[in-house]
Amino acid sequence: MTAAPYLNEFEAFAANGGASPDWLAPVRKQAFGRFAEIGFPTSKDEEWRFTPVAPIARRQFSAPPPASVTAAELEPFIFGHPEWPRLVFVNGRFDGGLSHLPGLASGVRCGPLAEALAADPSLEAHLARHAPVEQSAFTALNTAFLREGAFVHVPAGVQLDAPINVLFVSTSEAADSVTHPRNLFLVDREARASMVESYVTLAPGATYFTNAVTEVVSGPGAWTEHTRIQRESESAFHVGLTHVEQERDSHYRSFTLAMGGAIARHNLHVRLNAPNAETLMYGLYLTRGEQLVDNHTAIYHDHPDCRSWEVYKGVLQDKSHAVFNGKVFVEPEAQRTDAKQTNRNLLLSRGARVDTKPQLEIFADDVKCTHGATVGQLDEVAMFYARSRGIPLPAARRLLIHAFAAEVVAEVALEPVREELERLVHERLNLLSE
Amino acid sequence: MGIHQREHGLLEIRDLRASAGENQILKGISLTVNPGEVHAIMGPNGSGKSTLAQVLAGHPAYAVTGGSVTYKDGDLLELEPEERAQQGIFLAFQYPVEIPGVSNAYFLRAAYNELRKARGEEEADPIDFMDILEQKLKVVEWGPDIMSRAVNSGFSGGEKKRNEILQMAVLEPTLAILDETDSGLDIDALRIVAGGVNKLRSPERSFIVVTHYQRLLNYIVPDYVHVLAEGRIVKSGGKELALELEARGYEWVTEHATAGAGA
Repeated sequence: MTAAPYLNEFEAFAANGGASPDWLAPVRKQAFGRFAEIGFPTSKDEEWRFTPVAPIARRQFSAPPPASVTAAELEPFIFGHPEWPRLVFVNGRFDGGLSHLPGLASGVRCGPLAEALAADPSLEAHLARHAPVEQSAFTALNTAFLREGAFVHVPAGVQLDAPINVLFVSTSEAADSVTHPRNLFLVDREARASMVESYVTLAPGATYFTNAVTEVVSGPGAWTEHTRIQRESESAFHVGLTHVEQERDSHYRSFTLAMGGAIARHNLHVRLNAPNAETLMYGLYLTRGEQLVDNHTAIYHDHPDCRSWEVYKGVLQDKSHAVFNGKVFVEPEAQRTDAKQTNRNLLLSRGARVDTKPQLEIFADDVKCTHGATVGQLDEVAMFYARSRGIPLPAARRLLIHAFAAEVVAEVALEPVREELERLVHERLNLLSE
Repeated sequence: MGIHQREHGLLEIRDLRASAGENQILKGISLTVNPGEVHAIMGPNGSGKSTLAQVLAGHPAYAVTGGSVTYKDGDLLELEPEERAQQGIFLAFQYPVEIPGVSNAYFLRAAYNELRKARGEEEADPIDFMDILEQKLKVVEWGPDIMSRAVNSGFSGGEKKRNEILQMAVLEPTLAILDETDSGLDIDALRIVAGGVNKLRSPERSFIVVTHYQRLLNYIVPDYVHVLAEGRIVKSGGKELALELEARGYEWVTEHATAGAGA
């Protein structure tokens, strides 16, 4: 019974109510019940064929103790400009001192979820209403322990200029503990916002477990850019779900960068709930050592005239392992769907491995859908080309690896976010062994 | 062979043999190139002329199986491709490589600075380099827009060849090897590309121009013409040899060569 280690914890958590409104208690209870019912997946589960959950399931993780982080310790992990609005969570707890909440446009809500739960009855309509607990033990577990994370609400017509940073920090005190960050981003009709959600650590060797869920609702005509950066400890476990609901004429673009975790899994599910919505999904994973990084994406085309465009790329070294699974479902009424999905992998060593599976399930007849996946090494001809211009072998290798990664980072719309990502990726790739 | 041959040319190829896998392609090539000379290498498809160009630049797909190549009095074959470039050898590719994700400006500055580093000179920062580029872009009649595009990515055939000549203009080689630079060019692109090459001709700079057709040699007038067939130079002469080939076809020399080899 895989739920047993979490039962006492849940009972204690449920008993004190997590200082939350009445409507939430049954939601949590039902979610825990679902978790107890289905338990953690095994490798027999098609969705988890290549990613072993046993190292997570057989460990006993506790709730993390509080920890304090200084501004100086945090500084290297603050993404982009320090003046951007910032919500910081240390070992799952909101840290107001490290956060930065300048006056935002009228009606914009941006703060810790626990606080919003107590104060904002409108949350009930969205929180835990989108990310389904039925199919996923991890989502169920997160929902059972739902309390803290970021709540951002951008009301109709408001255009936010600066990206909002949401930063989850794990410290050495987090060893052997689990956090369940829960975020809700609501971007209303014709509003415009950019969120940067990061998972970082001050303890690069620590083993802990982050089980995150983010729900995003992009209203009619809204424009949302969502950047997700996973830089956990390379001994940590990270499982995350991003669930997106899109309304008519909305534009949602996601960029996910994964470079941390011993075992890291991210599910990105986008549901296109009305015609003429557009989704762009870009991803980059950079793995080394014996890391396993798994990206599962699913796009549900339920309505006509929607577009989805997906490019995920990976650079793998050493004995690392990447998994990509991309599903595109096109329902019978989703005519004139335009969907393209690509996964490209660069293997820098013989020991590295990729399992990639793009999947299209199309039930409409008037659609334009393509998919493709490649796994390969650095192009010898390109390498010779660079060397023939005087660029030495190691620099030529680096140039081509950077080029491979840069192509997808270039798709990030907001320039300051893009530049910061370029810097981060550059830094990481410069550590590559020759 | 050449009338103006010196005791030590800039480049001396002696009985060069090279293969790709099992396949022997160059079967004993000898050629001397002196400073300022333009040598055209002509020949039918499969004669080995592109292989010769790539072997000189150090393409790893080819193995040298015999002979020697001396460049600036040193053993060229000992050098890595990047070292050859740093010593002034430039190959304009027949099929320039697309590198999405790297801007033309970044790539060219990286190459330029590597050559400067190798010569013990200071590297150029992006602003200095833009000034240098501005001059060089004129060689191929281009504006600065091309520099922000990814290297050859989505370029037309003509743009790719112009980009090769731009790189050559920036890197200022001592020995430039043009591998079928005329292939796939319309007449306007050919005029610009050949014009660029002519602007770069100087008494210190030598060229090896590999081409299938005489057409290019109307624009880039060579000092010598060599005909390659089945991995050997079967005939050498002045620029008029190209015209004769154009009129009589490659069979004229290749049949002669085969007969000669059998005798």
